[in-house]
Amino acid sequence: MSIAEFSWVPAIIGGVLIGIAVVVMMAMLGKVAGVSGIASSLLRPFSAQSWQWAFVLGLLFSGFIVDTLFSPLQIEIEASTTFLLVAGLLVGFGSRLANGCTSGHGVCGLARLSARSIVATLVFMSTAALTVFIFH
Amino acid sequence: MQKISSAFIVGLVFGLGLIVAEMSNPARVLGFLDVSGRWDPTLAFVMGGALIITAAGFRLVLSRDKPLFGEVFSFPSSRRINVRLLMGAALFGVGWGLAGLCPGPAIVGLGALNEQVMIFVVAMFVGMKLFDFWPQKEV
Repeated sequence: MSIAEFSWVPAIIGGVLIGIAVVVMMAMLGKVAGVSGIASSLLRPFSAQSWQWAFVLGLLFSGFIVDTLFSPLQIEIEASTTFLLVAGLLVGFGSRLANGCTSGHGVCGLARLSARSIVATLVFMSTAALTVFIFH
Repeated sequence: MQKISSAFIVGLVFGLGLIVAEMSNPARVLGFLDVSGRWDPTLAFVMGGALIITAAGFRLVLSRDKPLFGEVFSFPSSRRINVRLLMGAALFGVGWGLAGLCPGPAIVGLGALNEQVMIFVVAMFVGMKLFDFWPQKEV
């Protein structure tokens, strides 16, 4: 792994930006910025609302703009194609079953002290850590 | 129009936050989940930074009657901690731990046209679609 030593500064700045985004979403649209929920709504492209498309477009753009105009995004993936497929299936299905993911439950839900989100976050953190322990 | 442009900017800033925090790099995320190895606390600091803003921000925002461009503040209606929630979270976590990717960083990586992320995203949407075939009866 070639990643640099941990530095808390970009981590906190990034977290603050995420927090601002989430608060602004609630303030302006009154919606939870839960990526899995918004992304899955696009599965029904004609009933999905414009703001949902706009949000996903913004996410896509952030990756595109930084990667194209600034510096290539560092995306280090060791997982094989099979693992990527299985991982994707589980993340997609699991997030819908749980009605949320790291942003929906882990950021927004925790901020509201939602018991459901606290439990969901603890559970997915645990199984994720266990999975890493087993496979990496 | 205001809703659309706000949502777009929110997505953009959210994505930038993920990039700055290096959460768009699965290796960084897996470092946090690797509790028994060389533990990387980055993700904890990211969530901490976000929580500071959201905890204060939500209190302020939710003390108002309604959002700026909407009618109501909408939250998930269910408050029950049931088998579905537990199973869903468990499965999600396994998937997350397998590749170090979850929806947000995946879409950012898709924007960067990363081929491996593309594979994950396709599978992710298939997985999301498969849920439509899950019996809706509460478990």
